[in-house]
Amino acid sequence: MIIAEPKPIDEIIDSLKDFNRILVAGCDGCVTVCEAGGMKEVEVVASALRIYFKQAGRAVTVDEISLTRQCDRPYTAQLADKIDQYDAVLSLACGVGVQFLAEDYKNKPIFPGVNTCFMGGTEEKGLWTERCQGCGKCILANTGGICPIARCSKRMLNGPCGGSSDGRCEVNKDIACGWHLIYERLKELGQLDRFETPTDPKDWNTSRDGGPRKVIKEVSRL
Amino acid sequence: MRLSYPTNVKIVKLPCSGRVDVVHLLKAFEDGADGVYVAGCLEGDCHYQVGNLRAKKRVAYVKDILDKIGIGGERVAMYNLSAGQGPRFAEIAREMSEKIKQLGPTPLRKSGGSAKGVKLTPGTTKEEAA
Repeated sequence: MIIAEPKPIDEIIDSLKDFNRILVAGCDGCVTVCEAGGMKEVEVVASALRIYFKQAGRAVTVDEISLTRQCDRPYTAQLADKIDQYDAVLSLACGVGVQFLAEDYKNKPIFPGVNTCFMGGTEEKGLWTERCQGCGKCILANTGGICPIARCSKRMLNGPCGGSSDGRCEVNKDIACGWHLIYERLKELGQLDRFETPTDPKDWNTSRDGGPRKVIKEVSRL
Repeated sequence: MRLSYPTNVKIVKLPCSGRVDVVHLLKAFEDGADGVYVAGCLEGDCHYQVGNLRAKKRVAYVKDILDKIGIGGERVAMYNLSAGQGPRFAEIAREMSEKIKQLGPTPLRKSGGSAKGVKLTPGTTKEEAA
């Protein structure tokens, strides 16, 4: 899923302090699971904003809603009959959701309420870690199911580098060396011979080097 | 023991301090509370292992928010005491009550602000939700 973390409330206040009718819009997708922008976080942010405006002597409306997904137009369209009642929207969705709302409601200022971080998973309650950088050309088949692009700090294709020590990365001892993990996993699978064939330089065209990307699945198109 | 404690303390009973959520504490302040404290069991004595430790983290989280929204984090507190410590309960109530008296009423009361809001669902209009 997309992992995000809530923006500090003072940064959010700074964005919204000049508005009088605010809608805080959460997303029931990824940001609900990573506890950054679901209905629960909407309630917290909206309540904090109302307290702020009340103590500032302001009569501001801060309403709450959460959409099934903000990255899908049928759901963003559910704001169509409501959005005119507001002069700003705080979206707690990931950067995709914020941009979809901004595209769909062109005359409405949309502000981000979270910092979108990476694609990852839930390691344990309250801890999420990165697993994929969306490079557009998956090589997990050759690396024992462990991604060197996401898990190696240098994104090396033929690691580990000289900075790997006791299975830890030189960038930070809290980071496991991605290539050490790959080695251990391939050993487990009896596939260490994969190390005998160097991997060719990666074509980064499918990553961000090719500019903003799109995916077309012809069979799914109408 | 017939102990007396300040009458301005309103008690909200919960099965465990671990049930206290960030939003509960914020709502109390939004509704005009001058101060809020969570009275949990002694650390290490939680019947559910870590309920009081979770409450402690949530109180700290709310403290930070209150500092940033003009209320002041000192208006929320976490206390730990056992069910057998009646005198300590009364003492904490007096202590917190005194502290809040010194801080004065919540800034919300004198500001004249009236920020409000409703919870909407995608299928209902604002009028229906209100």
